[in-house]
Amino acid sequence: MTRTADAIVVGGGLHGCSAALHLARRGRKVVVVEKNSVGRHASGVNAGGVRRLLRALPEIPLSCAAMEMWHHIGDLVGDDCGFKVSGQVAVAETAAGFEGLRARAAEVAALRYGHEELIDADELYRLLPALKPGCVGGLVSRADGFASPYHTTMAFRAAAIRAGVVVLEDTRALGFRRAGGTWSVETSAGALQAPVLVNCGGAWAARVAAALGETVPLEPIAPMMMVTAPMAHFVDPVVIGVERKLSFKQAANGTVVIGGGHRGVPDLDNDSSSVDFRKLVISATTVGTLFPVMRGAQLVRSWSGIESRLPDDIPVIGPSATQDGAFHAFGFAGHGFQLGPVVGAILAELIDTGVTNLPIGPFAITRFTPTGVAA
Amino acid sequence: MLQRLDPAAATLRLFFEGAPIAARPGDSVAAALLAAGADCFRTTPLRGARRAAFCMMGVCFDCLVEIDGIANRQACLTPVAEGMQVRRQHDAGDGA
Amino acid sequence: MSAAWDVVVVGAGPAGLAAATLAAGQGARTLLLDEQDAPGGQIYRAIERTRDDPALRRILGPDYTHGDGLVAGMRACAAQYAPGTSVWQITPEREVWATRAGRSEAMRAGTLILATGAMERPVPLPGWTLPGVMTVGGVQILLKSAGMVPEGLVLAGSGPLLYLVAWQLVRAGKPPAALLDTASDDNLRPALRHLPAALRPTALGYLAKGLALRRVLRRAGLALHADVTDIRIEGDTRAEAVSFRSAGQPRRLVAAMIALHEGIIPAQQMTRSIGCAHEWDAQQHAFRPVLDTWGNTSVAGILVAGDASGIVGARAAEHAGRIAAWEALCQLGRVDAAARDRGAAADRAGLAAHRAVRPLLDRLYAPRAEILRPADDVTICRCEEITAGQVRAVVARGCAGPNQAKNFLRAGMGPCQGRLCGTTVAELIAAELGTGVAEVGYFRIRPPLKPVALAELAAMDTEDAP
Repeated sequence: MTRTADAIVVGGGLHGCSAALHLARRGRKVVVVEKNSVGRHASGVNAGGVRRLLRALPEIPLSCAAMEMWHHIGDLVGDDCGFKVSGQVAVAETAAGFEGLRARAAEVAALRYGHEELIDADELYRLLPALKPGCVGGLVSRADGFASPYHTTMAFRAAAIRAGVVVLEDTRALGFRRAGGTWSVETSAGALQAPVLVNCGGAWAARVAAALGETVPLEPIAPMMMVTAPMAHFVDPVVIGVERKLSFKQAANGTVVIGGGHRGVPDLDNDSSSVDFRKLVISATTVGTLFPVMRGAQLVRSWSGIESRLPDDIPVIGPSATQDGAFHAFGFAGHGFQLGPVVGAILAELIDTGVTNLPIGPFAITRFTPTGVAA
Repeated sequence: MLQRLDPAAATLRLFFEGAPIAARPGDSVAAALLAAGADCFRTTPLRGARRAAFCMMGVCFDCLVEIDGIANRQACLTPVAEGMQVRRQHDAGDGA
Repeated sequence: MSAAWDVVVVGAGPAGLAAATLAAGQGARTLLLDEQDAPGGQIYRAIERTRDDPALRRILGPDYTHGDGLVAGMRACAAQYAPGTSVWQITPEREVWATRAGRSEAMRAGTLILATGAMERPVPLPGWTLPGVMTVGGVQILLKSAGMVPEGLVLAGSGPLLYLVAWQLVRAGKPPAALLDTASDDNLRPALRHLPAALRPTALGYLAKGLALRRVLRRAGLALHADVTDIRIEGDTRAEAVSFRSAGQPRRLVAAMIALHEGIIPAQQMTRSIGCAHEWDAQQHAFRPVLDTWGNTSVAGILVAGDASGIVGARAAEHAGRIAAWEALCQLGRVDAAARDRGAAADRAGLAAHRAVRPLLDRLYAPRAEILRPADDVTICRCEEITAGQVRAVVARGCAGPNQAKNFLRAGMGPCQGRLCGTTVAELIAAELGTGVAEVGYFRIRPPLKPVALAELAAMDTEDAP
């Protein structure tokens, strides 16, 4: 039995559900094919940072557009997604680190974006009273925040379903064929056909791209997180380390979630990843150094998720270079969550009208020449 | 409600919420608290519900107390010591 | 800083004691880790301290005394014994990370024998989180390790441990105020099908002991209520009363201390966290690791022995510990397969003899649906205060498994890491989806198995860890 649609989205993470939702809102019939369950991987287990701060320059326009959507996320998906405007602060411990932030602030201001504000030690310690003494200053994005990743992904899924999207879970895409302007996708639950194919396959997206004849140097990674027992409230904004790999936030229930980019071991074939505790030991040292109150914290749980990165640490977003009617959004290198709402809108606009007014040129898949080096 | 088979053996003294209680060397802190009639070891983060030791073998974590200034200690796995200061743990964001 | 061991045994109950003693006796560099501060596990808890307490020994009964030999054997052997040591991570490459006296250490094992035993099956019912409510095992631990007996205790549930503890309390001169027996008469006929297998000397011994025990309880005038359902524990800030139905008749007892028990199930956190394969044991109505006849899990060099492999009882656990130790010695190249088989032969016979009664017991005391899948208003996740109704509601919203429930509700995210709610969450989801618990599965378990202080982690010198 072949199911037909206007678009087939491979991957039921946040980006896949977002693309499906936006397409459905433009009147398209969409089927999402998800090999596990929605939000099973990166989308459901990331740190939940809703961040514009310190993004790579090409991402800034998209991130700012996404932030507008986050501030009205209830209108978009009918759920607040646990979004809190807490601010995000990057902490410079040294003069050299602070100079780097100063240069960054100037760079962003020159592009006419005002969300990143250089702050001196006084303002830094006003924002972060529990910070260890001696830090020089920081960079703050006051209207940034964090949300609940699994809730958010499921909210997008629910909104997509309400808009008529069919979400097939535990369903694996096995093969792709294009003939006569139609994609035929063989899945573990039968055949699908649609004129448009959208690759939101996360760490597995390179496999989908390969089936379309496109090779990308996508590297699977398994960022790790840990969370503590509840602690007396001591920090409001999300904190990012400058000289050290650190990112952490304190949730409303008092638990502290610690990330920062240390990586475990991904296993794409088994859809799993494992934690490398040696690296978590480093995170434990780092967070205790920057915030002495954390030395008394108790770690209760660790986890890792499967994401993927490209050599320039920015994603691929845009049309396939080799096939008509195929579009990509993958390789978010551990910072795709905040972009989820807008990337889906961009893809839907591209598919529907052929153009998008957000600058996605830097994310073209064509920047990866056959030698795998960014053009 | 809990009686010692050999009350004379309770020769050690520790403190719960500042008040002295007797214990036998080798007792767990949980056993000593229960023998002293304590019916609240901690309160829960969500609703502030009162909890006391439940499983006595380190599985349930309902016996979490603060011992000598350190929070999140399982009372049922910690042997008593002379002069120990044990306090209730109020988990609603009140860590070490 | 960290040494390499031929055999690391986790758990100093009967399986672990027997395994460590045998391995060390055969010349393997053996380390026995246990989180309690004295050996014996739960069944032989405080066995060394009670040597000087004949009154308590008499109360506990003759089976308890059997532990003396096991512990003495361990003390006399060359194994290094590390009490007060809590293992919080084991990797598939057999690294063992443990905390002791506020310091964490990582060590490498040639082979690992996990003898972490069992835990009580959770008994979620209204009011079970109130102070004054404990497990029957917990009451027995108070008796063994602290020489304490409760006054006016109401026991509720079913299974051999319930009757044993009642018997011990009678012998202590403090009989329980009442025993509420939730065993269902519906279990009797299906259980009798297993009677032939139980008609072997060792098994008959268990049955005879059980009958004798119950005779004592009846003669002691213990208030025995049969066919008990609908238990509700009442009270505001602590337990004050318990209401229930006995053979359909409503009853209510004033009680400040209530102990619950519905059998025991394997403790699976450790094997799950390593990534060992597990299966659903329909007979015992519990998950267990997938093992071969030597106790090998699906992860090379990691074995399980004793109740953690599936409930076998203390005497069987001892035999299983030695069988696993023989296999570990063979894997290490210390004995060849023929010597291993010869060495383990007697224990194989012992294991089979002591396991013969299990199918009958398991069926006789199979837990009721109202305990496995409680009503909506019952708290099923004690740590995060989540009700059965909340779990049912998220299934209706598309949650298809325990890990999604964890993400939706925080069930399993509290300090106990799902030990007390994991099986209930799985049962509820399975029932709502109309599928089996085996299909639904269990929480994904990640290290640390017990909370670790961040300062302790930071202090770990991982430079020369393996």
